[in-house]
Amino acid sequence: MLKSLHISPDKCTGCLQCELACSYENEGVFNPAKSRIKVFTFHQEGRFVPYTCTQCDEAWCMQACPVDAIVVNTATGSKDVLADVCVGCKVCTIACPFGTVNYSQDTGKVIKCDLCGGNPQCVEACPTAAITYVDADATGLDRMRAWAGKTDNAATARA
Amino acid sequence: MAWAKKILRVNLTDGSIASEPLNMEWAQAYLGQRGLATRYLVEEVDPKCDPLGADNKVIMATGPLTGTMASTGGRYSVITKSPLTGTVACSNSGGFIGAEMKMAGWDMIIFEGKAASPVYLHVENDNAKLLPADQLWGKSVWETDELIHKIHQDPQIRIACIGRAAEAGCLYSAVINDLHRAAGRSGVGAVLASKNLKAVAVRGTLGVGNIKDPKRFMQSTGEQKQVLAENAVTGQGLPAFGTQVLMNVINEIGAMPTRNMREVKFEGAHKISAEAMAEPRKSDSKPNLTTNAGCFACTIACGRISTIDKGHFSVENKPQYWGNSGGLEYEAAWALGSDTGIDDLDALTYANFLCNEDGFDPISFGATVAAAMEMFEQGVITTEDTGGIEFKFGSAEALCKAAEITAAGEGFGKDLGMGSKRMCEKYGRPELSMTVKGQEFPAYDPRGIQGMGLTYATSNRGACHLRSYTVASEVLGIPEKTDPLATEGKPGLVKAFQDATAAFDSSGLCIFTSFAWTLDNVAPQLDASCEGDWTAERLVEVGERIWNLERDFNNKAGFTAKDDTLPKRFFTEPANTGPAEGKVSGVEQMLPEYYDLRGWTPDGEVTTQTRDRLDLPS
Repeated sequence: MLKSLHISPDKCTGCLQCELACSYENEGVFNPAKSRIKVFTFHQEGRFVPYTCTQCDEAWCMQACPVDAIVVNTATGSKDVLADVCVGCKVCTIACPFGTVNYSQDTGKVIKCDLCGGNPQCVEACPTAAITYVDADATGLDRMRAWAGKTDNAATARA
Repeated sequence: MAWAKKILRVNLTDGSIASEPLNMEWAQAYLGQRGLATRYLVEEVDPKCDPLGADNKVIMATGPLTGTMASTGGRYSVITKSPLTGTVACSNSGGFIGAEMKMAGWDMIIFEGKAASPVYLHVENDNAKLLPADQLWGKSVWETDELIHKIHQDPQIRIACIGRAAEAGCLYSAVINDLHRAAGRSGVGAVLASKNLKAVAVRGTLGVGNIKDPKRFMQSTGEQKQVLAENAVTGQGLPAFGTQVLMNVINEIGAMPTRNMREVKFEGAHKISAEAMAEPRKSDSKPNLTTNAGCFACTIACGRISTIDKGHFSVENKPQYWGNSGGLEYEAAWALGSDTGIDDLDALTYANFLCNEDGFDPISFGATVAAAMEMFEQGVITTEDTGGIEFKFGSAEALCKAAEITAAGEGFGKDLGMGSKRMCEKYGRPELSMTVKGQEFPAYDPRGIQGMGLTYATSNRGACHLRSYTVASEVLGIPEKTDPLATEGKPGLVKAFQDATAAFDSSGLCIFTSFAWTLDNVAPQLDASCEGDWTAERLVEVGERIWNLERDFNNKAGFTAKDDTLPKRFFTEPANTGPAEGKVSGVEQMLPEYYDLRGWTPDGEVTTQTRDRLDLPS
């Protein structure tokens, strides 16, 4: 069963623990500049929104790559960059509609979320459960449950 | 390692910028941030210098855990000699710029001298430049932030800057970072203004590595985050209510200073409390509070993000204030509200926004307005002095106008910008200034919480709650409950809190963690990341060393035991109601024991013995 990252911006406090965990896992340093997940602050609105790759099925980045450096990880469903194949042409960064594949000046390759091989560290680090890793077929389950909880049984019975 | 081991030294007089290795011997003795930067200040700045002269220096310093995944590891401090108090100043701030400095590879930035014309420092990793700021001078913090982002076409730059208040000479002006986080107290903003330094803009992409034992560090920081999450204050109270959780608590125990600290209970507290901030308002059915917010790496997230009612008189024709900004914390709500007798939540939020927008300390500002209100009530000042503003206790209009003229440094705003000590002296009523060493009181009455009286009297930066927050013990029972009305045992309690706090403030962590953590929780995180063996006992010793170093600086600046006291009001006007009714402050009884525990002379001087024991510089 595949799982998906599920993000609830209303729970985010903008603390960047996810960015720190991501960069530490992937780069070995605490460095939000190298994080595959980014938290955006909309100051005037008082909103914080974490954003990262959604692992599209027909991934634009994968389709666009001229050297087949982006491949499907069949265990997790993530689209992973093969660093030794990537030539740093950046076509994938143009192709991605969401901007979640980015070039790294230090390595000359692109980087993107690979779900940490099935154990996403951003999820581990998030103190408010704004980022969770859930059944890919049921990302709406919590919201459904919330609405279900508001259903008025008495009214339904009368109807 | 955790330290970047590099200092950026910026000479504003000749424009030179140099990289220096961090003095690691000092880092082992003073840890970082508050302690380590004070060690540099003591070495390089004459305690008798003019705080606003070119000889003073200002240091922006991070701690070893700043920029790491340790919860709250994003703090930085501004260390200098204060123009408000003449003592050493250390103002601590969260937000994101501290971590960004570390990401750029710097433990500290030391500014010295004075620029001939306005400049700002732009740091991009190793590349640091002083750039002209003529176009930024005269702009607010919010405008400056926007302009610098535009100039560099980089939305990810983090900015600390001063607003118009500092430029106008406001002696409690702040350095604001990330739009609404403040190195707020003691007038550190005025020191930047005196040096023609408008802003520091930082972008760091190098990251923080060099952790001594990464595996142990990750395990330790994970465990300690769990401790914060499971604690009632840091896991529930602070995220839900912010520091405003205290408003009703402190009011109920009769320790809420009211109307320039004449009274100890505010009848309007419930209208300006955390609960009031969460109440949907009539006009748009939205509450004042939009959400809570975390600073860098903080898993507590006590920050308040708020809006003002668009129909409120303060903003009805000013759409620029209709969005969200940093909202009321307890100290601001108290100073702007209870101390002035104002129970209008929107007016308080508006005044607080102006404090963010133009960079001044809401505690000192609110307390100074309160002093002006008492002088107005007594007829010492009239509308002729105030430019027509009726400074009546309870007047929301007066507060809003006062904030506007203080931000701009116009008219009576110049007097308010002096702080209450100088303002009350100017009008011949020095006893109406509720200050210690020239700095205004925070939100705990020293008659109702006796330990706080000693805290204020002996704080190395003038009246301050953040130097030894004995409220934790005396009111909340952390780490153990003591009687707030008793003086017995308080000298020891205050000393213990002062030393521990100095260590927290030097680590890169937030003092709010200490609702759940002691130094036993901090030590393993430092020990896993920093060179050397770090135990709680060693951190207490480091804290004590820092406290004595600061005290020694102040003594050399001319402060003596005579300055370790409170305004007369707290000795002659007993608390008027509540559990402390009839009580005055027992500071004078506590001081001799405190000096003795400190290893100081009865005059409050650090003895040679103490100096040798702590290995202080001569």
